[in-house]
Parts: sequence; C-alpha cells; structure tokens
Amino acid sequence: MSALLVAEGLHKAYGKTVALAAADLAVRAGEIVSVMGPSGSGKSTLLHCAAGLTRPGAGLVRYAGQDLAQLTDVRRSALRRREFGFVFQFGQLVPELTAVQNVALPLRLDGVSRRAAERRAAGWMDRLGLADKAAARPGELSGGEQQRVAVARALVGGPKVIFADEPTGALDSVAGEQVMDLLNDAARDTGAAVVLVTHDSRVAAYADRGIVVRDGRSFDPAGVR
Amino acid sequence: MTMRSTFLALLEGQAQHGYDLKRAYDQHFGRSRPVAYGQVYTALAKLLRGGFVTVEPGEGDGGPDRKIYKITEAGVTDVQRWLDEPEDPEQYLQSSLYAKVISALLTGRSAAAVLDVQREKHLEAMRELTRRKRTGDLADRIICDHALFHLDADLRWLEHTATVLHELAGQVRR
Ligand SMILES: Nc1ncnc2c1ncn2[C@@H]1O[C@H](COP(=O)(O)OP(=O)(O)OP(=O)(O)O)[C@@H](O)[C@H]1O
Ligand SMILES: [Mg+2]
Repeated sequence: MSALLVAEGLHKAYGKTVALAAADLAVRAGEIVSVMGPSGSGKSTLLHCAAGLTRPGAGLVRYAGQDLAQLTDVRRSALRRREFGFVFQFGQLVPELTAVQNVALPLRLDGVSRRAAERRAAGWMDRLGLADKAAARPGELSGGEQQRVAVARALVGGPKVIFADEPTGALDSVAGEQVMDLLNDAARDTGAAVVLVTHDSRVAAYADRGIVVRDGRSFDPAGVR
Repeated sequence: MTMRSTFLALLEGQAQHGYDLKRAYDQHFGRSRPVAYGQVYTALAKLLRGGFVTVEPGEGDGGPDRKIYKITEAGVTDVQRWLDEPEDPEQYLQSSLYAKVISALLTGRSAAAVLDVQREKHLEAMRELTRRKRTGDLADRIICDHALFHLDADLRWLEHTATVLHELAGQVRR
C-alpha cells in the first residue's frame, strides 16, 4: 500500500541552527509510527513540517498525493482541520472554554453548528471517560484529564492522521498509559494513522514501527541491518 | 528455586493432588511456559524428603495421581523465609551488550551501529509485549509490565551510552 503522507528530504534551519538536515517520514493509512530521538534532534520540527504547520526550507510534503507547498494558506489550514488531528504535550486547550467546547472547537471552526458540534464532542468525551467533565474548564481538570480532552478534540473531526507530540510527556506512567490506551484504541477503531513523537519507549511500543531522528536526520532502524 | 517455593505457596493455599498443583501453577505462574508433570513430581518428591510436605492417600484406587499433598509447618516456615528474603538486584555491568560496545570501540568498529540494532530489537520486543498486554487480563498485564519496564531501562541505557560514545572511545583506546 502506498503512503498517505510522505515527507522527503526535509531541511529546516532557524537562523544558524539546523533543525532538520535530511529527514523523511512516510505514513500509511491507519498505521501508528513512532518518532524517537534525543532532545533537540528535530522531532517536533519534523512533525510540524509533515503536518503543514511549518514550511520546510527544502524538501517535499505530500498528503494523499497533494503537495502541501502548492496549497494556499487558506486551503492548507482547511486541510489540516479536516484531515488532521493534533495532540501536544500541554497548553493546548483554550482556558476560557469548557471541556466540551474545547473538543467541539475544530468542528465549530469548520462551520458545524454549535448543537451538532457539541453533540459529537460529547460522544467522544463519553468514550474517553470524561462524560462528567463536560462543563469543567481546563484549569479544573487533572493533567491526564486534560490530555484525554485533547485526544477527544483531535478525534472529533474524524481525522485521517493524528499528530501527537509527546502526548504523555507531562503525565505519570499510569495516566500516560491511560491516555495511550485510549488514543491507540480510538485510532485503530477509526482507521486514523498516528505520528507519535515520544522519548518514552513504553509509549513508542504502541506503534507498529518507528523511526529515529538524530541531528536533524531521520532513519528507519528496521532497515539498519 | 522459585518454582519449588511457588509449589509450596500453592500447597499452603490448599492441599491438593499433583495434577491440580500443575494446573494451579500454570494458571498463576506458567502462562508463557507451562510446567511439565515430571517436574512437578520431581519437585514434590524432594519436598517430601525434606519434610516440607506430607502425602495422604486420596479417595479412589490409590493410583499415583490420587495422593493429596499437604504442606507441613516446616513448609510454611520455608515459604515465609522465601518471601522475607529480598532478591539480589541483578548486576548488569558485565552484560553482553556492554561487552559488545566496548569491543566495537576497541576494534574501531561502529558502536553506534551496535546500539541501533539493539534498540530496534528491544523496541520490537516491547511492541509485541504491548500487543499482548492489551489483550490480556490483569495478571498478564503486570507480567508484561515487568518486562516492559526492564526493556525500557535497557533502552535508556542505550540512549545514554549513545550520547557518550565519543568520549568512551577516547578512553577505551588509550
Ligand atoms: N521556532 C524555533 N526557533 C528557533 N529554533 C528552533 C525553533 N524550533 C526548534 N528550534 C531548534 O531546532 C532544533 C530542533 O528542535 P526540535 O524542537 O525539533 O527538537 P525535538 O527533537 O523536538 O526536541 P525535544 O525532544 O526536546 O522536544 C533545536 O536545536 C531547537 O533549538
Ligand atoms: Mg519536541
């Protein structure tokens, strides 16, 4: 099967800092791919470029055959909203909104009516064990609950690819495992692919395979031998 | 040693036939590796000789499998002693992996390649354990977790070592 998302020969520099020197990533529909590597090696930059959040200095990103660089900003952000979901380490929820409003946000931005959006959001909240937290604001939730809200929000639009950057980085191992179990099950059930950036091998072990990034270069360790 | 003690613990829970003891062992301890009957009876014979268990004839025709094994006071004391004695933390310093890293450096080969190959092997094992854990019951899960935490510790060592290889090479070759 050919890859749904392909990033090839990515290069990215911030001033004199080379964040990506030659990074590749290929993700097939429905698979979970881990991205590991030392701090500062370029994992987040790779994820941002592959998701169309950051424009690489050189290289190509294709999603479903489409070159992201060829899209206008408006179309690229529409594609992100409709096809991608995002989970970050922390600080991603809007503090003024309730949990269910946070989950519904991507749908609202995409023009779905408030009632329909919140109904679908509530369905995901239920599924992630957050039914009784719908009206809570992020500040009233534990770290693990906040991450589950973020997972619900990533899933609510029915994404084909979920980009998760250290989704358990701020959690202890029990809460982290709970978040990973839920993310894993939801992704497998809905057929969403996941790009999972983590430095925790127990988290990476949920993936079907993994790549390693070192000094801005990616490699596939299964191909080393 | 562990198997012998777990047999005693099972018999402390309940006096039973050798056959039931095997089944109980497999259920609690032998999930991935069931014990052979021969091993059970060899262990029971030793425990009998040591005075840790006694045997009583069960009902029926008195065939070998009808005997009921029962723990003695000495057996109970032995179980307690086993539980009281902490396990020796394993010493990993002379692990074959360490030996490979140093040997690679000594011979001017790529120690990073040794670490990379090992990392992928470890991760593959962790993926398999994670899959197994996701379909198992609670006992399965904590067995898998034990292995997962150990492999995770190895991987941390691999990552850490990868960052000091340059320095290590300088010292090894001096
Ligand atoms: N917006 C930015 N401006 C300037 N430098 C940046 C920016 N983003 C990343 N960098 C630099 O690029 C390099 C790669 O950063 P990146 O965040 O991709 O690493 P990472 O592998 O995700 O690290 P970590 O595991 O610590 O999250 C680092 O040297 C970082 O300082
Ligand atoms: Mg990062």
